[in-house]
Formats: sequence, structure tokens, C-alpha cells
Amino acid sequence: MSAAAPTWTAERPIVELHDVHKSFGTVEVLRGVSFSMMKGEVICVIGPSGSGKSTLIRCINALVPINRGSIRVEGQEVNDPALDKLALRRKVGMVFQQYNLFPHKTALQNIMMAPLHVLKQDRREVEERARLLIRKVRLDGKEDSYPGELSGGQQQRVAIARSLAMRPQVMLFDEVTAALDPETVKEVLNTIRELAEEGMTCILVTHEMGFAREIAGHIYFTDRGVIVEHGPPAEFFASPKDERTRQFLSQIL
Amino acid sequence: MRGALPVLLPFRAPERGPPTLTRAHLVMLAVALAALAPAALAQASGAPLSPLAVVWKWTPLLLAGFGFNLLISFAAMAIGTAAGFGLGLAQLGSSRVLRGLAWALTQFFRNSPWLVLLFFAMFLIPFQVRIGGVTIPLPDWLKAIIGFALPVMANVSEIVRGAVRSVPTPQWESADSLAFTPRQTMWMIILPQCIKRMIPPWMNVYSLITMATVQASVVGVTEMLTLTGQVHAAEGGRPELFAPLYGFALLCFFVYCYPIDLMTARLERRFQVR
Ligand SMILES: Nc1ncnc2c1ncn2[C@@H]1O[C@H](COP(=O)(O)OP(=O)(O)OP(=O)(O)O)[C@@H](O)[C@H]1O
Ligand SMILES: [Mg+2]
Repeated sequence: MSAAAPTWTAERPIVELHDVHKSFGTVEVLRGVSFSMMKGEVICVIGPSGSGKSTLIRCINALVPINRGSIRVEGQEVNDPALDKLALRRKVGMVFQQYNLFPHKTALQNIMMAPLHVLKQDRREVEERARLLIRKVRLDGKEDSYPGELSGGQQQRVAIARSLAMRPQVMLFDEVTAALDPETVKEVLNTIRELAEEGMTCILVTHEMGFAREIAGHIYFTDRGVIVEHGPPAEFFASPKDERTRQFLSQIL
Repeated sequence: MRGALPVLLPFRAPERGPPTLTRAHLVMLAVALAALAPAALAQASGAPLSPLAVVWKWTPLLLAGFGFNLLISFAAMAIGTAAGFGLGLAQLGSSRVLRGLAWALTQFFRNSPWLVLLFFAMFLIPFQVRIGGVTIPLPDWLKAIIGFALPVMANVSEIVRGAVRSVPTPQWESADSLAFTPRQTMWMIILPQCIKRMIPPWMNVYSLITMATVQASVVGVTEMLTLTGQVHAAEGGRPELFAPLYGFALLCFFVYCYPIDLMTARLERRFQVR
């Protein structure tokens, strides 16, 4: 446990990055990224392909170890050789583009597995919570379906529920609608919107500009491993200052 | 060397005389025999038995030998699978040293001729071991089982490694992000997903090892091929008996292994579709 952890209070940023550097071999993917956000905030990270967005959010739950800099979640330093991974991953939930559900388990079992086997919580209580989560993501009746029997949008909502079952403080979403049919994108975005409205702290990497504009309190634009520009959505989309941002937005909008 | 040590003579039919065994089995198979009996009896008086009648006469003994081949194959498969599973997991483990060692062992035993491994097992494993005050004999057939278990182990090790590797890495990542430990991930998430994929290649190894068990005859274990040779000799080594007798051995293995191969191919196709 990091010494700072017990002293964290909600007046301090819940996620705080300072000068984060990350290289894969000789390729510098993150070249000094800093930002911070408060509990309950929703931020969106946008940027061209390969600019390091996925790497950035994967650093936050230590899926990717960083080379230099500091990442704090509720005061816990992530860039620490003695990191308590379990404590960190209880706090930070993650949803992937390809859902990554466990194919040999039903929807309900997917949601129950981690609380049961990682947190060793009581089965009855876990099952009750899992059923509530299934309802929350509007998948009533799909409890006993296997991932292969669900549509992409349904699988992604199970994946969100699975992550929520750990009762995280922060949710990371990495282009979670990028692999979906246009019709099912909406279902998933609705689920995320509801979460955000309930006050969940969310970091979203997304190409859905409309959704980003609507939901985010702050937008970060990354290019080649740095944050080029950021601001509240109204300002960011109306009058981007940086040339690269303008170019990106003109291509995507 | 072997003649001096009774412990090394576990399944030596000739010493007791094959006819005893045969007669007992003949009684059991009397009904089936009746079909061929007239032909055999007709020649019993003077002329030598027809090749088919000879095969028929010795069928119980030869089948008992075949049963022994199967026994060797089951045991070798069981031991080899258990050891191979461990070795395969060691190949995927987090310890660099263990990983390297498991890899080297796997490669070594996978790329050695099975007969050479069998010889090594026969001559390197002592004929008995003392544990405390107890002497446990290690008869030839047991050593042969170990000799066959070695290549099974190496092949199963590769099957396990390949199957685990075939599970996409995002499965590991999502388990990791849910705070599963690597061990939990392996046993609860990865292995249950890929166990099905291991079955066809595993059955393939089984079919191969079953056919290979006849090599045990080379190192003096009495199994079907040994018995076939002895029967041939007992019948005076008549050249016209060669093809029927050895053909019968071939037939036994074919009838046993071919359905396994068919099933393997079917499972392979079924798992591929998914
Ligand atoms: N594990 C890895 N090993 C080596 N290089 C990697 C690895 N992961 C990412 N990279 C490289 O890092 C760079 C940034 O990748 P990243 O996935 O973070 O980009 P991204 O902004 O998420 O792109 P996209 O919009 O396509 O998802 C890319 O050039 C990629 O090739
Ligand atoms: Mg990405």
C-alpha cells in the first residue's frame, strides 16, 4: 500500500497523471502526458490512430507499466514496483473494444467470477448484485446466455456489468463501440450515459464525437504521445486552437 | 541377464506354455469356434491346419497379447498425459529457468526416436528400487510403459502449450484487469477454454502410441508381436502362415485405431467450425 492512499479525500483529484512516459522498445508512445480529474468527472480522449490513447488508459490500471512519471488513483501511486495491483484494479474498471468476455461462461457467470474468486465475496450476495447489474444494462433474460449467443452490443453491456461488479471508483472505456454495428452503438452509449449521470468517474477513448460532446466535461486531444489541446467540449469543438486538432476534427466531423 | 532374475519375467507366456492359456480361452470361445471347427477338424487328423484355422486356433492368445498392448498404451498415456500437462504448464510459467528447462525437456523427448527412448528406459531404469526396507521390483513391462510415456509427455507438453497460446491475449488482459492472478487466469479462464482444442491432437498421440507399443517386443516384453512370432515358430515356421498371422496383428491394430482416427478428424472439424 502506498503511504498516500489513506490520506486521499474527494477534494483531491481521483486520477492524476504527471509527465507520463512510455516506450515500446525504441518507439516512444507517450512523451510526457499530464492531466488530472475529480471524482464524478467524465473525460474523453480523442486523437488519430496510433497516437497512444489506448496505451494511455491502459497505464492507469497498470496493464501497461510506464517508464517514467507518476500516475495516482485515489492517491495510490501506480508507478511503484511494490504496487498493490488488487487494490488498484478494484478501484479501476476497464472495458475493451473487443468485449473480451470469457466465452465458456454465461453472462451471469462472467459478471460473478471476479467478485467470487478475486474478492472472495459471498456467493449469494454476488449473485444478487450480478442480477441487478444485468437488469441495469437492460439484459434481463440473458443471464444464462453464453457470449457467443449475444450480439456485439449485448456482449459489450455484459462486459460493462462485469467490470461494475467489482464496484470500481473509476471506469476506463477504450473505444468500446468501435467494433459494433451502428444500431447497437446506441444501447451501449445509453448504458455509459446512465453510469455517468449516476456520478461514475469515466475516462473514455472514443471516436463518437457527438457522444463526447454531449457527455464529457473535458476533452483531451492526443497526437504522437502528447496532449496537444484540451478543454470543455463547447470550446474545444467550436474553436480548436491547434492546427493538428483542427485538421483531425475536419477529417472526422 | 534377464534370465537370472525372476522379477524381470512378468509376462513371459512361453515359460508357462501357451497351450494352457489357449485351452482356457478356447473353452470360452467355443461357440465362436464352432463355426470354423469343421474345417479345422477335417485337417486335424493328418494334414497341417489351413492358415486360417491356425489363426483361429491362436486367436485367444494373440488377442490376450493385443490386450496387453492396450494396457501398455493406457498406462503410458495416463502417465505421459499427467507429466506432459505439468511440463506444458511449466513451459508457460513465470519462472524463466523452469520455462527453459521444460522447453528443453520437451524438445529433447519430442525429437528422439521412440524406440531409442524405449531402450533408454529399459536399460537406465533399475530392475528394482528399495524404498525404506521395501524392495519394489520394476519389471520390463513397467519400464516399457515409462519408455512410452516419455514421448507422450513431450507431445502432450507441446499440445498444452500450443492450445494455451491459441487463446487470444485479450483474454489474459481482461482477466488481469479484473485482478485475477496469473494462476487463477490459467486454471479458471484459459484452460477451460482450450481443453477442447487439446483433445484431437491428444487422441492422435494416443493412436500413435498404441501402434508403437509393438516396439516393446524388441526389448523383450511379451506383447502381441512377440506372441505372433512365437506362434509362428510353434507352428513350425511355415512360410504360408507368415502373412495370415502378422496380417491378423495388423488387422487388430487397424480395427482399434482407425475409429479413433475417424473420431479425431471429426472432432477436429467440429472444433474448427466454432
Ligand atoms: N504492446 C505493444 N508493443 C509494441 N508497440 C505497441 C504496443 N502497444 C502499442 N504499441 C504501439 O504504440 C503506438 C500507440 O498505440 P495505441 O494502441 O496506444 O494507439 P491508439 O491511439 O489507441 O490507436 P487506435 O486509435 O488505433 O486504437 C502504436 O504505434 C502501436 O503500434
Ligand atoms: Mg486504441
